[in-house]
Amino acid sequence: MIADIPTTESRPVLTVKDMKGHTDPDWCPGCGDFGVLHALKTAIVELGLAPNEVLTISGIGCSSNLPGYINTYGMHTLHGRALAVATGAQLANHKLKIIVTGGDGDGYGIGGNHFLHTMRRNVDLTYIVMDNQVYGLTTGQVSPTSIKGMKTKSTPFGSVENEINPIPLAIVGGATYVARGFTGQVRHLTDLIKGGIQHRGFSLIDTFSPCVTFNRDNTHEFFRQRTQKLEDQAHDPTDFSSAMARAYEWGDRIPIGLFWKRDDLLSLDQLEPVLDDDVPLARRPLGINAELSRSLIRELM
Amino acid sequence: MDLAIGIGGAAGQGIATPGDILARIFVRRGLHLNTYNAYQSIVRGGHIFLTLRTSDRPVQSTGDKLDLLITLNQDTMDRHLKLMQRGSIVLYNADKIQPGAVADGVQLCPFSVKALAPKAKGDLVQNTIALAAALKLLGLDFKTLEDIITLQFQRKGQAAVDENVGVARAGYDYAAAEFNSGFSLPETTGKPLAFVDGNSALAMGGAAAGVRFYAAYPMSPSTGVLHWMARHARELGIMVRQVEDELGVINMTIGAAHAGCRAMCATSGGGFALMTEALGAAAMFELPLVCIDVQRAGPATGVPTKTEQGDLWQALGAGQGDYPRIIVAPTSIPDCFKTVPELFNLVDRFQCPGIVLSDLLISEGRSSIDPAELDFNVPIERGEMIGLNGHTPELNGTPYKRYEFTDSGISPRAIPGTLGYVHVVATDEHDEEGGLISDEFTNPHKRQAMHEKRMRKMEGVLSLIDPPALFGAPDADVTLVGWGSTEGVIREAIEKLAAEENVVANNLQIKWLVPLHAEHILATLAGSKKVIIVENNYSGQFARYLRSETSFVPDGYIRKYDGEPFMPHHIVEGVKQVLAQVTRQYVPVHEMLV
Repeated sequence: MIADIPTTESRPVLTVKDMKGHTDPDWCPGCGDFGVLHALKTAIVELGLAPNEVLTISGIGCSSNLPGYINTYGMHTLHGRALAVATGAQLANHKLKIIVTGGDGDGYGIGGNHFLHTMRRNVDLTYIVMDNQVYGLTTGQVSPTSIKGMKTKSTPFGSVENEINPIPLAIVGGATYVARGFTGQVRHLTDLIKGGIQHRGFSLIDTFSPCVTFNRDNTHEFFRQRTQKLEDQAHDPTDFSSAMARAYEWGDRIPIGLFWKRDDLLSLDQLEPVLDDDVPLARRPLGINAELSRSLIRELM
Repeated sequence: MDLAIGIGGAAGQGIATPGDILARIFVRRGLHLNTYNAYQSIVRGGHIFLTLRTSDRPVQSTGDKLDLLITLNQDTMDRHLKLMQRGSIVLYNADKIQPGAVADGVQLCPFSVKALAPKAKGDLVQNTIALAAALKLLGLDFKTLEDIITLQFQRKGQAAVDENVGVARAGYDYAAAEFNSGFSLPETTGKPLAFVDGNSALAMGGAAAGVRFYAAYPMSPSTGVLHWMARHARELGIMVRQVEDELGVINMTIGAAHAGCRAMCATSGGGFALMTEALGAAAMFELPLVCIDVQRAGPATGVPTKTEQGDLWQALGAGQGDYPRIIVAPTSIPDCFKTVPELFNLVDRFQCPGIVLSDLLISEGRSSIDPAELDFNVPIERGEMIGLNGHTPELNGTPYKRYEFTDSGISPRAIPGTLGYVHVVATDEHDEEGGLISDEFTNPHKRQAMHEKRMRKMEGVLSLIDPPALFGAPDADVTLVGWGSTEGVIREAIEKLAAEENVVANNLQIKWLVPLHAEHILATLAGSKKVIIVENNYSGQFARYLRSETSFVPDGYIRKYDGEPFMPHHIVEGVKQVLAQVTRQYVPVHEMLV
């Protein structure tokens, strides 16, 4: 049969260098996404995961190129569809560790419907959104998280629309691990990602990952001056009211860290009786036995 | 013996129950059966008209005439009485329904619910009496009905059983005393048959093929596949998900297919439109899946509960760019069951999406089927999957080439989790190792080579699918070409043409649409005296496709696009008119207002 996910004994000891992917990143020099890539590689190494047990799935956009840059199984899917593909893959083989990466336009814009429903289903995956508040690959248009008033090529007089705040949206949407990272704090981001991978359920790590080319407003420096770790502020991530209150903070002080976590809800694969015997669907023999066939035909008689 | 029964009323009047009871009685006696339900997108009200046709010979359509009409409301009487012909019977509740003008030789059979069941409450009693009277008219004994009613009502207690059996008895005895039909069902033709709708047959075909993942968004007329899958998911070990939209459906299916499951989804034309970009993605990833489009009358929301063969060009052109795909249109309800496992073996072998074009006629139509034809023990061939079938390539330190160039275009596939074959698949164009050549490392030569590798797979598919075979006399006066679901009605029309018009016709029915056995079809039609293409759409989608692949132009066309399926006499009339050169394109008028 198929060589499989490693057992505890056969787990490899890897370094971050071993996690280098097929291709070198083609992001602009200074792009925040380098920080996410490094944090994710480090998280995988520190958790002792093997490259063949991780499936990294992305949509389309600058940040969605990430699967090609990391040594895991990967799928670089269509724009906005990564979470749907990831749900199918997770249910087909729930022994895989599923990481989904993408940008704010991919996840909160064109993929918004899947974002809502993947959260409410509490699919066991870790969703890292490299949120640069702008469309980069299409050379600078307004995104769902662009701040109101932002001037871009598609809003030359300033955006008049309200932006999405993904943190409270995720908390009420059913995500069971909701965090915000910043690529200027890679160690902190690494720990958030590790927590997300270890969490059984839907984990969102919205990450400020500034675009050095098309976003002159929300820059690395902007966030460096304002971000403050929740972990330093006695925030209790199991306290819903506190999580929502902190999620709405914006201005001179912008919180990063783990806003919300709950462990009392089972993930979709745990809830689905078809997976009760724990054998991944993809590894089960095909075909229907004679007794079942007879019973299916009897229904038609 | 060849008998057709029509039952009409409003949605919510409970037409399905007497229909199911009659159907089960017929197939248990070994009689063949074909049923079609004309209905609208309404939960209560409107006009529902169920036709059941039974015979001791196989029946492939609901035919041309009704022998027994059961009207459950005035509207049904007004719509259908005028079409009833000599020798037929009309059964109705005279308390509420008045007949109109009636043709000579039609027997009106009124009954009074008030007189026969004075104490009964509710409207369903009318159905019970009508059913009991109908069974008497068909020459069936009361015991058959008593057993069914007992089974149906025993959950509600003996009082309910007694009441309903009593009402049925009154209807049966009244019919025995007052009405006289010439109908008689043969006692038995041998072994009992099964009874299945096309959507269940598609779902069962998937189950037989080893589908482990099924996703859908509810959309008429494809929802029956979802219902069957959901009902059987746990006993069969199939992950069944109802998803937020069809974009999610197809992309979840892609995820499950890539992870190693046989994965399937179904929708109708509108949902299929949302799926098209992702079908291209499946081809670009080179992974197998089966997507069923149960066609309904379009465009847009169209006529959601009516049939059409209007999505051929949508399937041919689904998604941007050229990519390998297999398109197949099952030709009957039993063929729905057989087609899905065949298609899974092809898509697994050639690592590409497969599209099934069904339609409302065969997906929601029901047919008797010999249970021996429902063989779940089908061959399962998964193609070149690393770790399966001994196809594991030696790497010797070289990187695994997921998209290795091969003569067949097929590259061995590793599913995530497999040790040693880590790779990335992409919807961007890529090189043999899966590295993107759309961004930094653009390369027109690699792009050309990869495009050709993918498309090369279609030659292999063609070599494995059966060319269409001519049905009927090879030296016929005319060849009727159809595709998919029209096979049954075309073949009945051929019998009628021979019996009533002295015209010898044969049939070339196309099942495998892409790839198309174009040369074989051209050679076959070159031997035909006249060719008429019959299809259930406005523009002659198959005729235009055949012309684009072969330059072939037929002598005439028979088309229908009013939402209802062809009846045999529509095709007979079209053949007569085309052969007489009255017209090159015949469009029948559907006489029944349903």
